Amino acid sequence: MSDRVMVSARINGESTDFLADERDSLLEALRERIGLTGAKEGCNNGNCGACAVMLDGRLVNSCCVLALEVEDAEIVTVEGIAAEDGLHPVQQAFLEEAALQCGICTPGFIVASKALLDINPDPSEHEIRFWLAGNLCRCTGYDKIIRAVQRAGEMMRNGSHA
Amino acid sequence: MQPFSFHRPTSLDETFSLLEQHGDEARMIAGGTALVVMMKQSLFTAEHLISLDRVPGLSGIRGEADGLHIGALTRHRELEMSPVVRSAAPFLAEVYSHVATVRIRNQATVGGGLAHADPNQDPPAAFITLEARVKLVSRNGERLVPVAELFSDYYETVIQPGELLTEVIVPPVAPGTRTAYLKFLPRTEDDYATVAVGATAQMQGGVVQKLKVALIAAAPTALSATVVEDQLVGKSVTPAAIRQAAEAVEAIVDPLDDFRGSSSYKRDMAVVFTRRALERVLQDGA
Repeated sequence: MSDRVMVSARINGESTDFLADERDSLLEALRERIGLTGAKEGCNNGNCGACAVMLDGRLVNSCCVLALEVEDAEIVTVEGIAAEDGLHPVQQAFLEEAALQCGICTPGFIVASKALLDINPDPSEHEIRFWLAGNLCRCTGYDKIIRAVQRAGEMMRNGSHA
Repeated sequence: MQPFSFHRPTSLDETFSLLEQHGDEARMIAGGTALVVMMKQSLFTAEHLISLDRVPGLSGIRGEADGLHIGALTRHRELEMSPVVRSAAPFLAEVYSHVATVRIRNQATVGGGLAHADPNQDPPAAFITLEARVKLVSRNGERLVPVAELFSDYYETVIQPGELLTEVIVPPVAPGTRTAYLKFLPRTEDDYATVAVGATAQMQGGVVQKLKVALIAAAPTALSATVVEDQLVGKSVTPAAIRQAAEAVEAIVDPLDDFRGSSSYKRDMAVVFTRRALERVLQDGA
């Protein structure tokens, strides 16, 4: 009964067709059917945020979305964030502030941080911490991540593309 | 995850046909944030999964004379940020802002959350104390059920086979209504509550005109604490009266032992947080 179904969506700006098992989560489809392994599987139950992607402009956990439900949707993963000529300011700021250690949580933090800065270019530390509740990092203790988001916000406000 | 057949109806009529055709073997999926995880864990299996994604008319928020009409497929975040909700029922937006994380609120739907009937979820605290009702539609007609009467047991509702929850109706909030939502979170901001209490009240000259109290994460269902309301409505507020009324919740709560606290601890905290919520809506500047 487990048939493959063709799904068409726009992923990182490109029309993409893929065959999904009906049971695939969006995360599994991205990683295993399409080869976009940036989004990570951490908890696989909606708690850790390592699989965060943008779905029709909304920040979501891709592990909690069925792949079949993204027909005709617009998806942006961490692979779609950098410009052709260099890193996105959020990525650059994470490097400069050393806001990662093992790196497993980083794609989720990058996608989530960019989503915040796109709607709130100058968030307070409080706003950043509330927004990033739901992205878990077991290495950094979060302070460097918060500083990176603040710095990325500065870079974006100053029109710097890193 | 067990295999299933996936259906994507494009009308209510087609949805009802699928429900009739597949009976107990069919389940509906909206945002999926709870259902997908439960299916992964094999806590739940369905032979037929019916996506409501393409059924028109189930999403969006309208302000009408009889109150706010919130479509079942409206996402939590949309409700939380809605200017219409923030103006007509800011308490509802406030309570929704406490649900999980923004990643979940961006995907989970209002109707899906209510039908899921997890007693740890925040929204019923607002819906019960604002006296909201849900509209349940079937092939044979429709009925309105108060949210206070929607939940029948742990993850169970009074929604019948063949019925679909299509919208929530929140009646107009009387001017001067005072509100409070206290969520006891000893661990992290995005956790389920150890216990949470919602309250709405109207006061006149130090006398309680109207009071609604609801408890979350304190029993197999969200609780409407009428035992508390009955003790205070029509009375003058005193600290002793509030303390005594709050103690009444001890008799109605039935919390589970878990890593958020033992049953007896949660029972004590239910009293404490009910008292604090009452103080918030009945005392300050009342």
